[in-house]
Amino acid sequence: MKRREGLAKLTGREQYVDDLPVDNCLWGVTVRSPAPRGRIAEIRFDPSIDWSQFVIVDHQGIPGRNCILLMEEDQPALAPGYVRHRHEPVLLLAHSSRAAARRAASLVEIVVEPDPPIFDPLAAPTPEQIQYGTDNVFKRLEIDKGDVERALAEAPIVVEGVYRTGAQEHVYIEPQGMLAYTDADVLVIEGSMQCPFYIEKALLPLLDRSREALRVVQRATGGGFGGKEEYPSMLAAHAALLALESGRPVKMVYDRSEDMAATTKRHPSIVSHRTGLDEAGRLLAQDIEVVLDGGAYITLSPVVLSRSVIHAAGPYACDNVRIMGRCMFTNSVPYGAFRGFGNPQGAFGVERHMDVIAHRLGMDPVELRRRNLIRDGQTTSTGQLISDGADRIAVLERALELSGYREKREERSLEPDPVLRRGIGVATIYHGAGFTGAGEVHLDSVVHVAGLPDGCLEVRTSCVEMGQGTTTVFTQLAAGRLGLDASDVAVPAPDTHVVPDSGPTVASRTAMIVGGLVEGACDDLRRRLGLRDGAKGQEVKDAIVAWYRNAGQDADENGRRELIGEARYQAPPGIEWDDDTYKGDAYGAFAWSTHVAEVEVDLRTYGIRVRDYVAVQDVGRVLNDTLARGQIQGGVAQGLGWALMEDCVLRDGAMQNTQLTDYVIPTSGDLPPIRVAFMQTPYPHGAQGAKGLGELPFNGPAPAVLNAVADALGVEPTVVPLTPERLMELLNDV
Amino acid sequence: MNVILPSSVSEACEMLAACAGAIPIAGGTDLLVHWPEAHDLQHETFIDLSGLEELKPLRWTDSELILGGLTTYWDVISDSRAGEELPLLVDAARQVGAVQIQTRGTWAGNIANASPAADGVPVLMAYDASLVLTSIEGDEELPLSDFYLGYKRMRRRPDQLITAIRVPRRPYAFQVFEKVGSRQAQAITKVGCAVTAFDGEWRVVANSVAPTVRRCPSIEAVLMEGEPVRGPDDLMTAIHKDVSAIDDIRSTAEYRERVLARLLYYDLRDVCPGFE
Amino acid sequence: MSDHPKSDASTLSISFVLNGEPVTIETDPSQRLLDALRYQLGLPGSKEGCAEGECGACTVYVDGLPAVSCLVPIYQVRNRHVETIESIDPGRLDPLLRSGATQCGACTPGVVMTAVWILDHPETLEAHTVRELMAGNLCRCTGYDGIVEGIERALAERTRGAARDPVADSSTGSTQAASGD
Repeated sequence: MKRREGLAKLTGREQYVDDLPVDNCLWGVTVRSPAPRGRIAEIRFDPSIDWSQFVIVDHQGIPGRNCILLMEEDQPALAPGYVRHRHEPVLLLAHSSRAAARRAASLVEIVVEPDPPIFDPLAAPTPEQIQYGTDNVFKRLEIDKGDVERALAEAPIVVEGVYRTGAQEHVYIEPQGMLAYTDADVLVIEGSMQCPFYIEKALLPLLDRSREALRVVQRATGGGFGGKEEYPSMLAAHAALLALESGRPVKMVYDRSEDMAATTKRHPSIVSHRTGLDEAGRLLAQDIEVVLDGGAYITLSPVVLSRSVIHAAGPYACDNVRIMGRCMFTNSVPYGAFRGFGNPQGAFGVERHMDVIAHRLGMDPVELRRRNLIRDGQTTSTGQLISDGADRIAVLERALELSGYREKREERSLEPDPVLRRGIGVATIYHGAGFTGAGEVHLDSVVHVAGLPDGCLEVRTSCVEMGQGTTTVFTQLAAGRLGLDASDVAVPAPDTHVVPDSGPTVASRTAMIVGGLVEGACDDLRRRLGLRDGAKGQEVKDAIVAWYRNAGQDADENGRRELIGEARYQAPPGIEWDDDTYKGDAYGAFAWSTHVAEVEVDLRTYGIRVRDYVAVQDVGRVLNDTLARGQIQGGVAQGLGWALMEDCVLRDGAMQNTQLTDYVIPTSGDLPPIRVAFMQTPYPHGAQGAKGLGELPFNGPAPAVLNAVADALGVEPTVVPLTPERLMELLNDV
Repeated sequence: MNVILPSSVSEACEMLAACAGAIPIAGGTDLLVHWPEAHDLQHETFIDLSGLEELKPLRWTDSELILGGLTTYWDVISDSRAGEELPLLVDAARQVGAVQIQTRGTWAGNIANASPAADGVPVLMAYDASLVLTSIEGDEELPLSDFYLGYKRMRRRPDQLITAIRVPRRPYAFQVFEKVGSRQAQAITKVGCAVTAFDGEWRVVANSVAPTVRRCPSIEAVLMEGEPVRGPDDLMTAIHKDVSAIDDIRSTAEYRERVLARLLYYDLRDVCPGFE
Repeated sequence: MSDHPKSDASTLSISFVLNGEPVTIETDPSQRLLDALRYQLGLPGSKEGCAEGECGACTVYVDGLPAVSCLVPIYQVRNRHVETIESIDPGRLDPLLRSGATQCGACTPGVVMTAVWILDHPETLEAHTVRELMAGNLCRCTGYDGIVEGIERALAERTRGAARDPVADSSTGSTQAASGD
């Protein structure tokens, strides 16, 4: 099926929040902290403009609790006299002219009396630098399996390595934007978002409102990648405060520089490995430490750390594994959700380390992987028994075959070019879909499928379309389940006053988990209509129409007379997870993948070009080939950017290169065709056998490309992004 | 903000002479960057040259290619003769931004914007281009290699417009343009160079390694005198005499200088007598 | 100098041809073409992704050539022809839809403008690759494969369609070719 909203997007008719015409609208802007930490001593308003023309809100204008509630209450909506990172919001301004509002923001000076900041997540904080708990540690996690110390002591070979990754900016092409206005007694928030109910959760205590008095509506969302998971709650809070203060609609749309400077990024990481092996290259012990820089507020960092440590040992079988993780407070702009959510940092460490080990052993990196890849009947680091029937060796083999891995390795050794060197690298990766552990049970997701009086369906979930294809896939699933045409199924954008909470649009959970609930809600609708199990097509439509004709139907508790099928999440049988010991079934399902990158290094410029890229994956049943391929290709492209060029230049914990000229993402000219193949082992508990796939591909490019560079040059790069400058330094050191 | 819309070059020159500090604008691809936040620029007076048809054509004479003051990169890319005779112009033009910039950005604007990273300037300089500067006092002609005085400082009086760029037509024995950016397209140059050889005369021009795009006389001397060069490092002494690269958010001084040496060494290895 | 047109901050009258229709607007000269299109002329299809000519989401045609409208001062389009995404015939876009050229849609209007320009000027492909010509449109979703494939499909389908044109009743044939699968 073609993307449902595709033609609207191709013709420019799709309306994003900045495109909405709004009468009597004010433009909101944010005045931010110039300093990384300290007391706000003074706020100076330049006397050259008439400030009475502006709506001004500071923390004292907050009706409820001054926090953006998510995991904790640590992050204020507006700094209450003290700032903990550069660009922390201090003051809001609104004016009917966008240009006037922008100019005014540049004419407010925030004077900060500095306190000592901390930026290095590995540095021991001095007492004056401690700002979270007793040690600046946001979260510690430990996974323990077997006896690592003994296994390491007994191992004939021990290989160590330290791997670092930098911050990454999402660069969704539509910057963050939000509109707030009141409609009678209801405050309405409309905008670009992944999680309408996160915004509701944050705004209810902030504004001291009831659910009935706050309505959140998603508008076309021009990319998210995690960047519109938690941050939109902040922007919604700001727009809401200005709208309530002014009594007028307020739009806030960041320009690119502000978006890059002030919003969340991928957590920088330092991952250390100490690995014991036997002479045949079998893993005997994996001792791993993961350190994440969390930034100045906790956002979702503990959960990111969780996914990072759970995946950090790689898709391998090893009896003795210890993974110690910690996420540190620093005075950097808070880090947050980003596609992969901690796994890319762990995957880079372990997959780069596997090649370092292979080089040490004089073994083909592919052979080392083949010997250790987890097989059905073996367990992961958390003790999760893998028995999904997926053939991980076959995935690896298919990728080798498609990429011509063996032929290329042989060819290359024949004719070394003095200036251009070729290399080929592999990464074997996995990604658990859905929330970790008992997370999906706690979410308690609900989906509604409404039958409408004309016999058509409306799928109601809180999952947003942000480019990944929610609308199309839900249409396919609902139409397929009830034998209807796609045109009989509507999937409106979430409105918290209409849709049930089916959880956030994150964690590669939408198709697999919520999609399954869409099917379940269709089944429930059929039951409510008194139809037999397999009833389809016109029979269903006729029954819906008849239901509305039947005068005997009662109104529901909201006084609505509506036919609704409902499904609520139920964990698949046999899933056990212990959050205290970090043991058990971390995810309902893992998707498995092998990536192969071929690179060409120009020794004149130290430039690295990716000449070929193959991604093979088992993501269960593929629901829509074009959409699935697009997710893999896009994830690989974003991962290639992180691997090679996307370098957040930080000063005082904030990004300096906040422009797309200086923070560069790949153009079409930088990327080779990304070749994608699927192997499809159905997952019995996912919609139509699907597993999550959106984040999986991001994990592969950084290790695959750096492994290819290692292959080309015989050096061991350990830092992402591997810019030409870093490669030059690495070669200087050899 | 004021904007003046002259209908001829002579009018534009009159306006420029009359309005001290007025800013001539051609393609706008530099001046308009981050315009909504450019609060100071928004209070300036601009003289819009874009309507001056007389500045548009690109012309070939027997001895020269003459680019008008409004000739764009795309005009040169689309000119089949340019690619054959003065291919570095096309090489450079194709690496400026992307098509949407190439169709608007002008060679004269690139020169007048005086960025050390300008891509159009090195190739023009390596081709010994000269500029025609026009004011109410008349025309003045000046070699491009003498045009820059320092960072963003140049021999253009505020009342002068660059109305033409004259590029001699010569059969070059060797010519190459190298641009190293942070990606394949839409990149600001981290280090680059243009090298030409004609009638035993070498021109080596480097960008992004000094406050201005500049010719490199010490490197040219190495080439002209056929000094032995056994590897990139043997060029470093001359490079250090000619350029003064810096660390910034885009790259490092060390990278810029080393890569300049490597580009020159590997490009010239097979054509320059002293190179081994 | 009094007889030269000169504006002050509040008044500038600009006439140009927009999507085939002559228009005249009274505008602040500090407006960019992008601002005028989006906020004054009711054409919000062109997007602002960077305000520095880098992302290409605001691509329009000025006198038939692609240009980033965030870098075009409104006064520079006087007497010129401007075409925006709103002028593109939706009937031409099916190959791009089928290839997965759009995901989130934010870059898409700019992508389509450049893509259609390539389709209308296939001669540019003699010296340039599709990837080179598309390099001015940043996309963060697709990895560009869906975009490049869509353009190539459209070119191929048109070539096939053109090959059939001499045959009687060719329109049916080419329509089927274009809407297959």
